[in-house]
Amino acid sequence: MGTEYVAVGFTILFTIATSLLLGRYMFKVFTGQRTLLDPVLFPIERLVLRVTGVNPNEQQDWKQYSVSLLVSNIFMWLATFAIVSIQKVLPLNPDGIANMEPTLSFNTISSFTTNTDLQHYSGETGLSYFSQMFAITFLQFVTAATGVAACIAIIRGLAGNRLTQLGNFYVDLTRATARVFLPLALLVGVILIWQGTPMTFEGAVKATTLEGQEQTIARGVVAPEVSIKQLGTNGGGYFGPNSTHPYENPTPISNFAETWSIAIIPMAMVWTLGYMVGRRRLAVVIFVTMLAVYLPMVTFAVAQEAGGNPAIAALGVDQSTGSMEGKEVRFGAGLSALWAVTTKVTSNGSVNAMHDSLTPLGGLMPLIGIWLNNIFGGVGVGFINMLLFVIVAVFVAGMMIGRTPEFLGKKVEAKEMKLASLALLWHPLAILVGTAIACYVWATTADPGTALAWLKNPGAHGFSEMLYEFTSSAANNGSGFEGLGDNTPFWNMSTGLVMLLSRYIPIIAPLALAGALAAKPASPETAGSLRADSATFGFTLWAVIVILGLLMFMPVAVLGPIAEHLALR
Amino acid sequence: MFKELKRGILFTIVMMVLLGGGYHVVLWTIGRAVFPSQSEGSLIRRADGTIVGSRLIAQKFTRPEYFQPRPSGVDYNAAATGGTNYGPSNADHLKAVQERLDAVTKQEGVTVGQVPSEMVTASGGGMDPHVPPSAAELQATRVASTRGVPIERVRALIHAHTEPPALGFLGRARVNVLELNLALDETLGAVKAVAGR
Repeated sequence: MGTEYVAVGFTILFTIATSLLLGRYMFKVFTGQRTLLDPVLFPIERLVLRVTGVNPNEQQDWKQYSVSLLVSNIFMWLATFAIVSIQKVLPLNPDGIANMEPTLSFNTISSFTTNTDLQHYSGETGLSYFSQMFAITFLQFVTAATGVAACIAIIRGLAGNRLTQLGNFYVDLTRATARVFLPLALLVGVILIWQGTPMTFEGAVKATTLEGQEQTIARGVVAPEVSIKQLGTNGGGYFGPNSTHPYENPTPISNFAETWSIAIIPMAMVWTLGYMVGRRRLAVVIFVTMLAVYLPMVTFAVAQEAGGNPAIAALGVDQSTGSMEGKEVRFGAGLSALWAVTTKVTSNGSVNAMHDSLTPLGGLMPLIGIWLNNIFGGVGVGFINMLLFVIVAVFVAGMMIGRTPEFLGKKVEAKEMKLASLALLWHPLAILVGTAIACYVWATTADPGTALAWLKNPGAHGFSEMLYEFTSSAANNGSGFEGLGDNTPFWNMSTGLVMLLSRYIPIIAPLALAGALAAKPASPETAGSLRADSATFGFTLWAVIVILGLLMFMPVAVLGPIAEHLALR
Repeated sequence: MFKELKRGILFTIVMMVLLGGGYHVVLWTIGRAVFPSQSEGSLIRRADGTIVGSRLIAQKFTRPEYFQPRPSGVDYNAAATGGTNYGPSNADHLKAVQERLDAVTKQEGVTVGQVPSEMVTASGGGMDPHVPPSAAELQATRVASTRGVPIERVRALIHAHTEPPALGFLGRARVNVLELNLALDETLGAVKAVAGR
């Protein structure tokens, strides 16, 4: 087991170290400074802006910025919805995939437009190559970039002094796509192909096995999709079982590259904030606070998964290599647990082991990660959530010491707190109400096992499956306890709506908040100010995250994973 | 407002062309030029060009002269992959594990405690091409006796086909089942004679 911890530790340290470099690069990109990649990437940026008809110097206030964000996202939704609905007659469909059914299209496109990537279909049977390229992969780039753009605008608002303009949405979106995601996706894509991830336009191949049977092997344009799915914290895989599939994740090297890709941009965003507001110490405080939640979760999950399944140990089977149901030999239990926690805290949602089959408490860690939804978090949006928690922590601390709450020299008043609360409370509301409705439908249907046939597992684990689906949708995470039979009109429509509302409410409300803060004058900090870049504040922030973020979910955690854990002992 | 709508439409179109088209073409070109075998799915071909499978995709082995891969939740269907999605406490899951356990102990003539847990649990994608070295060792006696060769020769092949963790610590040591079985047929040449029964 020792080497597993070495591998986990090495992966985390390498990612943190490189995030410092990327954070600096992103700061330069979004403040219009020169970078080494300009000769190649700047022409792309210029071309996109020229075709779109955007003047790079045009500035927008928070309302104009939000309108551009929503309008562009609506057209992306419409265009890709059309593609999957008529994919049968479009080109690049060598395996003859049929059109997607309307409620499934609604769910799928809403899911990918909101950077969630919850999948109620299976890639190898549900989407043509054309759809994978022009709908799925396209959305994985632009929605990730949408999150980054919104986050950058909000940071500008925080840093601003009597500022009414937050930047230009299309300029930010284009820069995020062409100068951050595109070069990284190409790099990771080449590494994946080298390791064995296919990149071919040819259809499934028919093999004659050594024992003389026929085996049809699905393949396709896999590598480009897998690299951006990780970097953009999208998570939606090419194949049904995501990165457990050997084509999506062939070796420990590819696994390393993908784990790195999941965390790198959310980590780098913290450093970008530090540069943009001119306070490196603040970035360090926030980063360490995040690590103080993340590292205990990783350690605990690794220990749980490496400890094996007690129910299988009871059959007499050696569990010294950990709980291996739903896991791959090439990764082992430790790296699977690291991935499980990382993909959940970052709102990525891809898997390299089946999360429905994790041990109960090992599986609770990912759930906690999604409930918090701000430890590194999804590209852009996760950090927006973190900034909301920072505002709340500032407010709480201000109340406790009896001073006017201030953040970066600006007074945090009733209006800001209302907007922050709206964005923060939407998350538990969507999860708990959604789960309650699903339980009600299940409980009031006669013979639900055959009439609805949603749940693969009975009892507490079945409850966890439904809870997980709404949790994942509300956090725009996209992973699932895949035992849930989720391709039904009920789940397609309910989770589709939850994903859309849970994407745009927590983006628009913070943009309004940033607009309000930006307009205020920044007063210089004095000895009496509450300093946000201190260890004391870091601890306060940590406590607010753990108490506020988790207490709301305690009852459902007890009903699901904790009940199952106790039953297993 | 009209300007806003126009920008939304044009941006969607230009990005679709750039990312759906250009990005894919660049990676496809690099893949074909530098990693042609990986690009097409790491397929293994016989001398006459027929495709045996992919070195990354598990295939079903039932005959006693071959090493067997891990159980698959989808019966090794590489066109519709997936796991079992059984929760750890699920009674059906534990029943399936017990059945596999009975089958393995009977087939290999070993005790329950000797069976690596990988051989009684299904992988995430149902396509895991590897088994741990201990699972190959477990099957070596049966394979050697079925083929009528000394067990040392089979063990040497296992050893030659064991991949260490990357950089010595990333991931686990593993044996590729399809490649090992191909090597068995090549070096021991027994497939025709045994398969003819």
